Amino acid sequence: MTAALFLEQVLNGLQLGLMLFLMSAGLTLVFGVMGLINLAHGSLYMIGAFFCAAAAAASGNFWLGLIAGTAAAAAAGALIEVTVLRRLYDRDHLDQVLATFALILVLSELTKIGFGPFPLFLDVPPILSGTVNLGIAHYPLYRLALIGFGLAVALGLWLLIARTRLGIRIRAGENDREMIAALGVNIRALYTLVFALGAGLAGLAGALVGAVQSVQVGMGEPVLILAFVVIVIGGIGSIKGAMVGALMVGVIDTMGRFLLPRLFGHFMEQSQAAGIGAALASMLIYVLMAAVLVIRPKGLFPAHA
Amino acid sequence: MTIRTTLSAGLAAMSLTATLGASTALADPVTVGLITTLSGGGAGLGVDIRDGFQLALSMSGSDAIHLVVEDDAQRPEQAVQIADRMIQSERAQILTGIVWSNLAMAVVPSATAQDVIYVSPNAGPSQLAGAGCTPNYFNAAYQNDTMHEASGAYANVLGYENTFIMAPNYPAGIDALTGFKRYFEGSLAGELFTQLGQTDFAAEIAQIRASGADSIFIFEPGGMGISFMRQYAQSGIDLPIISAAFSFSQDVLPAVGDSALGVINTAEWSPDMDNAANQAFVAGFQEAYGRLPSVYAAQAFDSANLILSALAAADINDLPAFRTAMRAADFDSVRGAFRFGNNQHPIQNYYAREVVSVDGVLTNRMVGTAFEDHQDVYATDCAME
Repeated sequence: MTAALFLEQVLNGLQLGLMLFLMSAGLTLVFGVMGLINLAHGSLYMIGAFFCAAAAAASGNFWLGLIAGTAAAAAAGALIEVTVLRRLYDRDHLDQVLATFALILVLSELTKIGFGPFPLFLDVPPILSGTVNLGIAHYPLYRLALIGFGLAVALGLWLLIARTRLGIRIRAGENDREMIAALGVNIRALYTLVFALGAGLAGLAGALVGAVQSVQVGMGEPVLILAFVVIVIGGIGSIKGAMVGALMVGVIDTMGRFLLPRLFGHFMEQSQAAGIGAALASMLIYVLMAAVLVIRPKGLFPAHA
Repeated sequence: MTIRTTLSAGLAAMSLTATLGASTALADPVTVGLITTLSGGGAGLGVDIRDGFQLALSMSGSDAIHLVVEDDAQRPEQAVQIADRMIQSERAQILTGIVWSNLAMAVVPSATAQDVIYVSPNAGPSQLAGAGCTPNYFNAAYQNDTMHEASGAYANVLGYENTFIMAPNYPAGIDALTGFKRYFEGSLAGELFTQLGQTDFAAEIAQIRASGADSIFIFEPGGMGISFMRQYAQSGIDLPIISAAFSFSQDVLPAVGDSALGVINTAEWSPDMDNAANQAFVAGFQEAYGRLPSVYAAQAFDSANLILSALAAADINDLPAFRTAMRAADFDSVRGAFRFGNNQHPIQNYYAREVVSVDGVLTNRMVGTAFEDHQDVYATDCAME
């Protein structure tokens, strides 16, 4: 194993982690502030990717597509919050799971009706295509840009939560929703805004990742499962926890897929090692989640410690 | 009127309707149940199978078939329920349409045990080709391994000597790598299993880069192949790729984009095959649906014509005679020559196709032959003759 390969894999892990962060930040925010379990978060990711692909194809400009995808997901989020989810805040989590699962089915079918059953094409923008020389290794420029994008959004989100009036309200809403309602904050509007923000982040992640993945119906569900693992590890409701959890999951998943088959290759036949290594690697993040929960039952950074 | 006369009148009426029912059943079209995936991520394949099948019916002008279409949502339990309903309440005598091997394995054994004919337009699990072969099961597509065997054989023709091979870690993926290795004569630069449904291949691409391979064989069906090819195109690696047709068929090519150009993929059919049946099929498909047909559509088109040919030659209520008519495969296949082996799976040619751009549309063109009259290895385990 060369240093170049190792560096490339570390970068791959970071990039996967930062995209997972965009997904899980919205999910954990919505749960922390509104107490809502939203299974349809993956559908918003899908909506972001589809609108980005369609707008980019129509305009020939990836960046317009990116804006369209994010805006469409945020708008869809706001619409869902006002029409469906608003009725679920006082119900227990099982009702929320059931209703948002129904939303997955509805949104998937609507997407299929709107965009057709075949996967869409979305290419990386020309300015970000190709590879960049990092001295010892060549690395795809677009993936580097994704790392930069993820860090920038994380910083922006932190500034929003820590430094703005809206951020104060969001944090207050996490702690005591009755009290901030009593203090005259329009809690309904706040909830819609928070949900749209989370949806927009999911849509942004979908649009960014859509350029290197298949833009197809159902693309959100595998990511949704990973995002849930991330927020459980990080502590439900905590943005900081989502960041740490996402990076842990990204790096450990990538390194597991890379190193485990090699490890087994030292003492068994290659095709067998590949099979066992791949099977164990796919379990690794769930083992991590279980281990974290044994030591810290509420996750690494519980929002309501 | 006594009770007895009422009863006998009633019985007479009932037997009359029964006779009427029987006589109209002969004239009635045979119900064919098409179970396929029309929703979710795999819907594109099912849509092509449905459209290909329906096109064959409308082009034939025959009214011998009453077609019932249902969506299995790519879920085995749902496919089983639909099959039961079609057999019991819709009186379907022939089933077809299933895309995926795991769904076929859930539906086919019980359906064929109830004397329902099943015609596979795509899935070809090894279990049904070998010891589990049955007289009521006909595969009009391919046995799963053969597509990958063709890739292995054609990799030899292309002179590849050190190939990196990769597939998802599930039965069809394991079969794919086994099939490739069965005929490939070079050495392996690496062998890797990915997760089913994986969307990020950065870790795998990095290993391909470091492996010193001269070529890559992949089996990554559906969205996995699209994701892999997009990411591969951005990686700066420039090794040739060989694959079975699944990741480079017409249903996914528009989404893969120009990064698929030049990829060699193997299949038993190609849109540019030079025979009258195929030219009529491709033109008819384009006219009816406004897009080029995929290999799935071609297989479904052949499945429908196979069934029509057997229905024209024999009465389905005489099952042994109908099976004989099916085995004869007396129809004009879009693949040119088509015949069944002892296990009722095709013995056919496999071709190498190259992804090219024709007037801005990505499609496949035949560039060579991987196998002539190739039969799957499981046929020897099948007790049928």
